[in-house]
Amino acid sequence: MASLVGSRVERKEDTRFLQGKGRYTADINIANQTYAVFVRSPHARAKIKSVDTSKALKSSGVVAVLTGKEIAEDKIGGLIAGWAIRSEDGSEMKVPANPPLAKDVANFVGEPIAVVFAETLDEAKEGAEKVKVDYKVLKAVVDPADAMKSDAIHDGVDKNLCYDWLLGDRKAVDEAFAKADKIIKVDLINNRLVPNAMEPRACVVDYNTASEEITLYTTSQNPHLSRLVMSAFGGVAPENKLRVVAPDVGGGFGSKINVYNEEIVCSWASKKIERPIKWVAERTESFLTDTHGRDHVTHAELAVTKDGKFLGFKNETIANLGAYARVFGTVTPTYLFGPCATGVYVIPAAYSNVKAVYTNTAPVDAYRGAGRPEATYTIERLVEKAAMELGMDKTEIRMKNFPTQFPFKQTLVHTVDSGDYVAGLEKAKQMADYAGFEARRKQSEANGKLRGIGVSSYFEACGIAPSAAVMSLGCGVGLWESAEVRFNPTGQISVFTGAHSHGQSHDTTFAQIAADELGVPMENIDVVHGDTDKGTFGMGTYGSRSLTVGGIAIVNACKKIVEKGKRVAAKMLEVNLDEIEFKNGEFVAIKSNKKKTIGEVAFACYLPGQRDEMKSPIPEGDEPGLIESSFFDPTNFSFPAGSHICEVEIDPDTGNVKVEKYTAVDDFGRIVNPMIVEGQVHGGIAQGIGQALHENTQYDETGQLMTASYMDYTMPRADNFPEFNLGFTCTHATSNPLGVKGCGEAGAIASPPTVMNAVIDALGGQEISMPATAEKVWKACKTMKKSNAKAA
Amino acid sequence: MKSFNYHAPKDVKDASKLASSNSAFLAGGMTTIPSVKLGLASYKDIIDIKNIKKLSGIKVSGKSVTIGATTKHAEVAASKDVKKAIPALAKLAGNIGDAQVRNRGTIGGSISNNDPSACYPSACMALNAVIHTNKRKIDAEKFFVGMFETALKSGELVEAVEFQIPEKADYQKHPNPASRYAIIGVFVAKHKKDVNVAVTGAKSCVYIDKDLSKKLSSNFSVSAIEGTEVKSSGMNSDMHASAEYRANLVSLYAKKAVEGC
Ligand SMILES: Cc1cc2nc3c(=O)[nH]c(=O)nc-3n(C[C@H](O)[C@H](O)[C@H](O)COP(=O)(O)OP(=O)(O)OC[C@H]3O[C@@H](n4cnc5c(N)ncnc54)[C@H](O)[C@@H]3O)c2cc1C
Repeated sequence: MASLVGSRVERKEDTRFLQGKGRYTADINIANQTYAVFVRSPHARAKIKSVDTSKALKSSGVVAVLTGKEIAEDKIGGLIAGWAIRSEDGSEMKVPANPPLAKDVANFVGEPIAVVFAETLDEAKEGAEKVKVDYKVLKAVVDPADAMKSDAIHDGVDKNLCYDWLLGDRKAVDEAFAKADKIIKVDLINNRLVPNAMEPRACVVDYNTASEEITLYTTSQNPHLSRLVMSAFGGVAPENKLRVVAPDVGGGFGSKINVYNEEIVCSWASKKIERPIKWVAERTESFLTDTHGRDHVTHAELAVTKDGKFLGFKNETIANLGAYARVFGTVTPTYLFGPCATGVYVIPAAYSNVKAVYTNTAPVDAYRGAGRPEATYTIERLVEKAAMELGMDKTEIRMKNFPTQFPFKQTLVHTVDSGDYVAGLEKAKQMADYAGFEARRKQSEANGKLRGIGVSSYFEACGIAPSAAVMSLGCGVGLWESAEVRFNPTGQISVFTGAHSHGQSHDTTFAQIAADELGVPMENIDVVHGDTDKGTFGMGTYGSRSLTVGGIAIVNACKKIVEKGKRVAAKMLEVNLDEIEFKNGEFVAIKSNKKKTIGEVAFACYLPGQRDEMKSPIPEGDEPGLIESSFFDPTNFSFPAGSHICEVEIDPDTGNVKVEKYTAVDDFGRIVNPMIVEGQVHGGIAQGIGQALHENTQYDETGQLMTASYMDYTMPRADNFPEFNLGFTCTHATSNPLGVKGCGEAGAIASPPTVMNAVIDALGGQEISMPATAEKVWKACKTMKKSNAKAA
Repeated sequence: MKSFNYHAPKDVKDASKLASSNSAFLAGGMTTIPSVKLGLASYKDIIDIKNIKKLSGIKVSGKSVTIGATTKHAEVAASKDVKKAIPALAKLAGNIGDAQVRNRGTIGGSISNNDPSACYPSACMALNAVIHTNKRKIDAEKFFVGMFETALKSGELVEAVEFQIPEKADYQKHPNPASRYAIIGVFVAKHKKDVNVAVTGAKSCVYIDKDLSKKLSSNFSVSAIEGTEVKSSGMNSDMHASAEYRANLVSLYAKKAVEGC
């Protein structure tokens, strides 16, 4: 039987999604449900003097109105920060309470203050308009660069500073800088992004008054984790009385990791009002309250020798956490960012210093790439600038500083198990026709256009796991993953996973790997996820971890199935265990060539008795049935890497930037389904180009989100892209038996600097911040014309 | 969303009878529905005019093209007659917003709404259009009064827009990358006697750039307006574009439009 791993199997989920048969949270309705509408703060920062619900309670159809007062009285816990990060001076990070309904102060526009439940959605809206909140508006802190100089927005958080974190050795860096021929400096802004999952957040809650069990249907990337958090920290219900179901979820990108206010409030309230509740975010609510991404202000320096060797690196960053620290909020700008900021290079000395600040803006958390796009942007802008200032070729300077020995101990944290960075960049150069660029540039010039080329080489640490590692870095939970494989008596197989698919195609990929392990057709396998009542437990999907952690748990559970199958087959075939071989779904007795298929063995496992000639096939010491589970916790992160090359053409009259060519060469280790991987890379690159050229989240000075709709927030669209030219190299990961590395975030990590390096190249080295919108580029072109005129 | 009475009259008379100071006509709904949903507007009566057959369709005579008020952008873009008589108008319609908007939005809705960055008003101005309502005929230059403001009286219904067929014309637009409305749109039309350069997106309301129009009237070539400074004073400045950038785009797109004629 040919291996399914490695082949372009069509997606099992396509049929239902393309036919509109997906079943999302908003599609779920429960008899007698009420509709929830939240009353949200219109101010970025305000004292809540009073909340008057009396008029709302009398409004037609309103069932109940609840506020921060009631939720506090019921001792329901708030939202949490999942990682404890310490400051350089050893002190603990400062985390303000984040109640599900704000009671005393509101800290960002859109923060929920109260909730109205009514018989219809319109009645709930009407009721919400009648809740009178008396605010005392305070001056908002909006700009992260100014936050440390502004009023403290949270009691006990001096200078709005959550932590002042250091990774690395300042002294060693100073020494390295003293030896440098040249110091390259950049000042960068990593622009804030709104994740914009296609499906807005939603929840439907059903409290069963008889069993006292709460069922929460929600748009989550990690239902098991949500249950744990809601139970342990929210105190909403004991874990065994809380079932969390995340059915089809239309995209997350990190914004659906957190347990949000609305889920906690509706779960608590359903029990209180003894009615099912439905809440679906409107798009404006998504813009205002989904966790945002990025938002760094960085100064970084690279010490180099005149022949382009890197000696030292320093990174001083202010990271905006927004109003509150959420699940991955504190780790994203530290351990997910700092270590990767030295890039794919041998740099003997380095440090990253990050000050995370609170502002009166939406909370910032993990967003596709989480920290690693910011890191790659920092180092790759520096490297490109170094090449320019030293007059070296962009690829040569990179090659010169790549490690060639693996495992590679990078400067700050990671030991990268495998890779071949030289091969990746060589292949990218070839595929992009790097050598022919000059001719294309001249051609553009003849047409009155400016053409630029940009390169970026990246590595990233993903497959977010090793519990030992992450817990030592401050994670509040272990990040293993679990799987259960149930072989039913009649031959179909259910594979339960704790990972969650919201666009990653697990139904297909996981079925491919299980089918290979068990030697059965993929069609016999169903992948089940997203329901805490189905399967063991799980930590969910983010940080490109599903395959490298969750997939391996499936492989290991399948291996246990095969092991037990061998024992059973040996008994059935009346041979010794060591005479049994498992191949292509069959247990074969080597000497006699007698066989039992895995289906026959599974069937037998459920018939442990004796009747007529049939003997029990269950060996002594084994139990009946054929169900196995596994918890997998790898020994290391996985380290995908690669090189991307982009060419842009600029119209100096308008400043329009056109991405003309985009080449990506990635090393994801062994690839299970190339078509799915290419899709992940396409999406990631699209998001990265969005960050580089289009997406421009803007708050005004009072903390109002100016770009809170698609009329003002520019999402990248298909006609913004050329055809992406993708290639792969392969070195196997050594930290998991499949040799796979994460692929979900790489595109978004590598592409912003690739595009920006190309834009800046076209502009003759002039710095320009993301997003490089037409007007900014036009202004830069004017400056360039002026300085060219002067030079001439 | 506040609840309202929905009406779908079959003729103009019934529609105008239903109209009041607390009603809105519903054409494509591309503006009305989002503003009602977001609570920015509320009406007692919403009068859907899409069932009024007479309001839809395209007629071409020797001198003019008349487009019924509820004719969709996609229909104008695809019309062989429009493409032949005034290709620039078909092109304009074909570049409005996105496919969804073009298949719902109507010319009557567009001009009645008079969004400062809508495309059609510039065509009306440059092509000396006459707006036919259920009460009267209004010249384009009198119709577009100010930001989201027209000469329409309460309850007055646009029935059709009659465009004068020019010798040549072109429309050039710099789209807002988010909404794809015009950051700047320039409609240049060369008529027998004179040239009109109408600009949308730049100011609070569509206008004729008199300077550019005059120069092109005496010499219809790019060189005639080369170097003409377009002043940024009075131009919109917002997070999408500064006044200075808009001014640059007006002169640039005027040239492009002349080239495109
Ligand atoms: C995302 C997006 C992008 C867009 N991009 C562009 C663009 O690039 N260029 C552009 O020009 N436009 C653009 N538009 C506007 C769009 O093309 C529509 O023309 C506009 O939204 C209104 O037309 P409608 O037919 O949908 O009118 P409606 O929303 O139904 O009505 C709008 C207003 O006009 C009134 N009205 C409608 N018909 C009549 C009538 N016959 N008589 C009197 N009053 C009437 C209504 O009462 C209402 O007040 C865009 C819109 C959206 C949502």
